[in-house]
Amino acid sequence: MTDVQIKNGAPEPRGFTGKLNAMSKPGRWAAITALVALFYLMPLGWFADPPGFYNPLVTFSSDFGTVLFDAAIFVLLAIGLNVVVGFAGLLDLGYFGFFAVGAYAMALLTSPASKLITDYHWLDSPWPWLAALPVAIVITALTGVLLGWPTLRLRGDYLAIVTLGFAEMIRVIAVQSEWVLGGDRGISAIPHPPGEIGGEPIFGFVDPKPYYWLVLTVIIVVVFGVRNLARSRVGRAWVSIREDEDAAELMGVPTFKFKLWAFAIGATIGGLSGALWASKVNFMNSTTFSLENSILVLAAVILGGAGSIPGAILGGFLVAYVPEWLRGLGGFLGLDINTTEYRYLIFGLVLIVMMIFRPQGIWPNRRREAEIKDRQKEVAVGE
Amino acid sequence: MSERKPLLEVDNVTLRFGGVVALDKVDFTLYEGEILGLIGPNGAGKTTCFNAMTGVYMPTDGAIRFRGQQISGKKRHKITKMGIARTFQNIRLFPEMTALENVQVGADAHNRGSVPSAMLRLPRFWQEERRGIKRAEELLEFVGIKGRTHELARNLPYGDQRRLEIARALATDPTLLCLDEPAAGFNPAEKVALLELIRKIRDSGVTVLLIEHDMRLVMGVTDRIVVLEFGKKIAEGTPAEVRDNPKVVAAYLGVPDAA
Amino acid sequence: MDFSELFRNFPELTTTGLTQGAIYALVALGYTLVYGVLRLINFAHSEVFMVGTFAAMWTWNALGFNQNLSPSGVLISAGVLIAGLLAAVAVSSATAVAVELTAYRPLRKRNAPPLAFLISAIGASFVIMEIIGIATDRAPYGNMPELVSNKPLFTILGAEITPVQIVIVVGALVMLVGLDWFINNTRLGRGVRAVAQDPDSAALMGVNKGRVIGLVFLLGGVMAGVAAVFANLKYGFTKFNLGFLFGLKAFTAAVLGGIGNLRGAVLGGLLLGLVENYASALVGTQFRDLVAFVVLIAVLMFRPTGILGESLGRARA
Repeated sequence: MTDVQIKNGAPEPRGFTGKLNAMSKPGRWAAITALVALFYLMPLGWFADPPGFYNPLVTFSSDFGTVLFDAAIFVLLAIGLNVVVGFAGLLDLGYFGFFAVGAYAMALLTSPASKLITDYHWLDSPWPWLAALPVAIVITALTGVLLGWPTLRLRGDYLAIVTLGFAEMIRVIAVQSEWVLGGDRGISAIPHPPGEIGGEPIFGFVDPKPYYWLVLTVIIVVVFGVRNLARSRVGRAWVSIREDEDAAELMGVPTFKFKLWAFAIGATIGGLSGALWASKVNFMNSTTFSLENSILVLAAVILGGAGSIPGAILGGFLVAYVPEWLRGLGGFLGLDINTTEYRYLIFGLVLIVMMIFRPQGIWPNRRREAEIKDRQKEVAVGE
Repeated sequence: MSERKPLLEVDNVTLRFGGVVALDKVDFTLYEGEILGLIGPNGAGKTTCFNAMTGVYMPTDGAIRFRGQQISGKKRHKITKMGIARTFQNIRLFPEMTALENVQVGADAHNRGSVPSAMLRLPRFWQEERRGIKRAEELLEFVGIKGRTHELARNLPYGDQRRLEIARALATDPTLLCLDEPAAGFNPAEKVALLELIRKIRDSGVTVLLIEHDMRLVMGVTDRIVVLEFGKKIAEGTPAEVRDNPKVVAAYLGVPDAA
Repeated sequence: MDFSELFRNFPELTTTGLTQGAIYALVALGYTLVYGVLRLINFAHSEVFMVGTFAAMWTWNALGFNQNLSPSGVLISAGVLIAGLLAAVAVSSATAVAVELTAYRPLRKRNAPPLAFLISAIGASFVIMEIIGIATDRAPYGNMPELVSNKPLFTILGAEITPVQIVIVVGALVMLVGLDWFINNTRLGRGVRAVAQDPDSAALMGVNKGRVIGLVFLLGGVMAGVAAVFANLKYGFTKFNLGFLFGLKAFTAAVLGGIGNLRGAVLGGLLLGLVENYASALVGTQFRDLVAFVVLIAVLMFRPTGILGESLGRARA
């Protein structure tokens, strides 16, 4: 009831979102539930690899479950970055830095090989997984606040370069082998999440599917939280900041506070995905955290449509899945398509091309689309 | 009018930008419940004065007090929360928000629930959200654009945009509402309706500061008038007093100041 | 903290710092020029510098010189050096202009929001970096002849001065003075200053804004090309992602001096070079790259307009 009242404030969106909204409420929920169920079933044997015919969805060259897990991690990252870039309009170019903070925090706290235990003796024994996860997330959130506090008062382009520098600095620290993060030798024996069925651990070394389901579940929870924010006072504040920051401030919106919130929420989600990732891979070192990945997440958000949650999900999925899929297709057709080599090049091009021809993205947020179109009508002087 | 309580005191305010003196020892007081007009020719410093009062600029010298409290140097959104709201000379709505949402942003100024309550949909969220929508709807009706509730701000006709700005400002529950040339671009009929609205706002208990250079509009509605020219106050008084003041006449007719 | 290290090596740290700073300054000029006119951080400028290092190296290789075979005789060495310089300047400035034409101009035509420019810039930076990365197998390249000697020539106040350091510092100063003169005394330079101060009125007064913008990218590219050759002389090594960290430092230099301010960029570059060397003597060379970042944050927090202030145009966008 109240939900309907709040929503009918916004005019009818078009496109995919429009079609979804055109359905009745039960119909919409049925459609969404079916889609979610499909995602849960995707990695299962009979679904991923039905006997007798070619399934175009499956990636041949790498394990389908692993690809889905990686894609899910990217989706989670894209949802988090979307809060920062899409909702609050702040360009964060070092988003993967938060992923690194979350992953390292998790590894340092839970691994018996952690230098915190072996060299520094800050911890007597590794922490249990469930206790370490919230701490890792809080550490990332604090990192976000610490980085945002001095920089969010600055102009947007300065923020962009500071965040870019931040991710690089995390990497510089990570490659110091004698330091706590271990450099190339990294941190090994990071434990898996707990839980067992019939004496067998749910999260093991071989099967990626439980991890995929775990991340998928986390995504659903995060999407609910983020959606709730977007449709609240906080979301309104973000839109008002994006559209006219001065006017927003004069109407009583504490702009700095809400920008910092956006930054911290983004960092938290980034840290969460890093922590989940670390507990699957078992071993991590400094080579994981290159600049390229920050740009990949940004490309995901821009490609999908900044400010749109379904857009971020779609973008994150495409960025991680399409290169693998192409590689698999190449293998199937007997071609050697080296997508890992070219994917950063291609997504760099995607950023330019999208900015020129479709800045609102594939699955845009209606309001952002209108903001961009409005600007295009005012022709620049002197060109 | 015998026991007038001062609401806003502009105390010898000077504002310099580099070498330019935008305001020169401007000094006046606004009393509770009145409608004060701030007038002057273009470039007299009206909007600058206004900006100093809402925290956009810091006075170089002097002080601005609201209910006895210093406001210069305070954060802008804090000043709004203290009870000063404003509209803009060139309309500055949030164009891609609906009329209702625009007003809700104003109403949010006093909401205390933040990220946790919104994310978890705590009872406080529903309570504040419902109250905000109700308040916004009332205000849209109050300013007379109830029929536009769900239209995007940028699609509203010009006059309705001005009214929407007033509604948005009122939603912050101000004790002082500052209107920056609200009648700019209005035809006579619209101006009459606006006068009506300004009186209605005052009667609801809000003090009004009106910047205007349409003299007739100001004369018709204000209790007192302050006149600025070249950043200085040249006159203050009731509409009748100001109208007969030779300095004001000179300033408005462009006659060089003999003194 | 190892102060004895700092004091013992102070003279040498100073000369190395100044040499490094001179290269930062040349790259910083590119950021500052574009920023002064467009209020835009040209993220791709780091790659403009990077392609220059490869252009010079490949030119030297094509002339038959490499790490095992350096030219003998001052004249031949100078000739080879200049050939590399010309190649680097040509490639760098062509890249800079290409970035402007493909990644920025179309967005200006569409009056895109500032965020879009930054995203497109980072995209362009990435494309260039990846093209070179793929072409070079992402390997480090050190196949360069020693064109200017690295042996100490003489000693001043305890600091050994090498010919490479002299060439770099003197060369950089010549470029900086030349650029300063160009901006302040030529008709084209006046156009640049006019657009920097007020783009709309400059356009109304008949300044061709599009051409001015092209010109600042070109000039930035020329400076980056020269810097690239100097970097080759000093480090004798390059890699596809060399530009990234270098660009971040040069940008820090530009902000430190006051972005948009040409002389500020020079001052900022030299200062950053010194600070970086002194600080890495204190905290260890492995953290040298963190120094620039800490400086950047500190400047942005305490004096975002830099030491000399943002001057080419208005103070704030």
